[in-house]
Amino acid sequence: MSKSFLEVDGLSKVYPDGEGGLLTVYEDIKFSLEKGEFVCIIGHSGCGKSTILNVLAGLDEATSGNIVMNGKEVVGPSLDRGVVFQNYSLLPWKTTLNNIVFAVQARWPTWSKEKVREHSERYLKMVGLDHALQRKPSQLSGGMRQRVSIARAFATQPELLLLDEPFGALDALTRGVIQDELVKIWEETRQTVFMITHDVDEAILLSDRIFLMSNGPNARIAESVKVDLPHPRARSTIFQNPNYHKTRDYLVDYLINRSESALPGPDGTPRVVEPAKGADGSEGGTNDSNSTAKAVNA
Amino acid sequence: MASLNVRAALLSISFLILALGLWEMSTQPPEADQNLTEYEMLMGGVEQESRVPPPSAVIKLAWEELSNPFYDAGANDKGIGIQLGYSVYRVLTGYLAAMAIALPVGFLIGMSPLMYKALNPYIQVLRPISPLAWMPLALFIIQDSDASAIFVIFICSIWPMLLNTAFGVANVRQDWINVARTHELGHFRTALTVILPAAAPTILTGMRISIGIAWLVIVAAEMLVGGTGIGYYVWNEWNNLDLASVIFSILMIGVVGMLLDLALGKAQKLVEYTE
Ligand SMILES: Nc1ncnc2c1ncn2[C@@H]1O[C@H](COP(=O)(O)OP(=O)(O)O)[C@@H](O)[C@H]1O
Ligand SMILES: [Mg+2]
Repeated sequence: MSKSFLEVDGLSKVYPDGEGGLLTVYEDIKFSLEKGEFVCIIGHSGCGKSTILNVLAGLDEATSGNIVMNGKEVVGPSLDRGVVFQNYSLLPWKTTLNNIVFAVQARWPTWSKEKVREHSERYLKMVGLDHALQRKPSQLSGGMRQRVSIARAFATQPELLLLDEPFGALDALTRGVIQDELVKIWEETRQTVFMITHDVDEAILLSDRIFLMSNGPNARIAESVKVDLPHPRARSTIFQNPNYHKTRDYLVDYLINRSESALPGPDGTPRVVEPAKGADGSEGGTNDSNSTAKAVNA
Repeated sequence: MASLNVRAALLSISFLILALGLWEMSTQPPEADQNLTEYEMLMGGVEQESRVPPPSAVIKLAWEELSNPFYDAGANDKGIGIQLGYSVYRVLTGYLAAMAIALPVGFLIGMSPLMYKALNPYIQVLRPISPLAWMPLALFIIQDSDASAIFVIFICSIWPMLLNTAFGVANVRQDWINVARTHELGHFRTALTVILPAAAPTILTGMRISIGIAWLVIVAAEMLVGGTGIGYYVWNEWNNLDLASVIFSILMIGVVGMLLDLALGKAQKLVEYTE
């Protein structure tokens, strides 16, 4: 079996539950990512998505299991894995430009000042912020701050980009605009992205595959849903494709009716589902996606 | 309608005129037709020293002193500028020495819970000691009054800086530390480029408190050790019963203290940020 770009195997996270016992947030998480993929992960609040992402980022440690990226074990944070946090995490005493410069300098310490600046400005331009270079984060709206944060992550050209509900704190209109920007910057760069979201439409717009988690505790990544929609995608036209609705119905049904008890396949990897084809791709699947899709359409 | 600033300034000036007027009137010499005791007549009128000098006398003296602040006519007769200069020099020397210790140690305590726990008991015991209580020990060990005064400044200004640095460093938002970690910054670069600017406003607050305390303490310290400095000057003029000079130097202590505070306030503005 050929190794994927990122291999996650047997990951679990146990916390003390505050009453002297233990709480297994998730267990036996097993999945892989290919280079250049955009994968979203959806699951109910508290199932452990952020913890998984933090473990991938190296900011947190799993209780068991291992992560291998490019054939190397992942230990601790690294510039190879860029992170966009939900709360932006910009350094408030630096200007927009200097927040990016800070990251670019860390990535390429030998670059000249001019080169660093030019590179940083290019990425700020990609998110439409070249007019706000000298402003401090406190002078930017939430949407603009998140754009800076996205530009910072893309500017360091990590091998894997991790996004934790990057648009969770934004209003719907702003979120839409920045989703378009993310589509654009991703089409330009084709970074490998692993993103948490709770927004089904967002996941469909952006991803090649969507991981579905079961509810915690003892959460698993139960299914891997293929999004069969051509690139480049646009928010304004994507819903014209029938596959969009099939995928959306499938996801919504999962979240409403099946996330409680869903399980991965017998080998521990997520069941592969292709709602566009109207069938459950993995053998031995317990679900019937045709009937569930209807249930949501009603 | 005049702006708030203009109205405030007018009101301030009226208060000043009112206060000076009341002061001037309450310090008028008694009426000439009042019956004088024999002793008073012998002394040439009412005893001069028993009265607080009127503001006009203080202003006249201030004018003289400030028009030649740096004259030096022997040990007990130096201009106010020279005396203040000595005090400021001692304060700054002790303060900078305290800074050189407090900032690194504060960083260490703030970053390491182990060091915090290990050093905290000493800090808690040493901090409430009045800085002047160290004076005898300092005089005995250092054997030099000037250095002892500086030591007292050092010991009194170290605590606010130390504690604020430790507090500021310990409370840097984890998000920003995570930014440093995901960008693979080493410990030193993290401390310099993330923790220091993040904690700077808290540290500067400590430094501002320290300079205030140092300026309070130097007057008392110089009264004890004598020789030079504004504290010594006040005490010396009191011994000379020259109350106009005493009042004038009290005002100068206030002015210099205010300037020191303003300088630190400016520095504080420089490192401030809004989240
Ligand atoms: N530091 C911690 N100590 C104890 N429990 C934690 C800690 N961090 C997260 N948890 C628990 O882990 C679970 C998953 O949290 P999280 O990963 O933030 O969920 P999600 O991002 O999917 O909403 C939650 O039930 C939460 O209570
Ligand atoms: Mg989360």
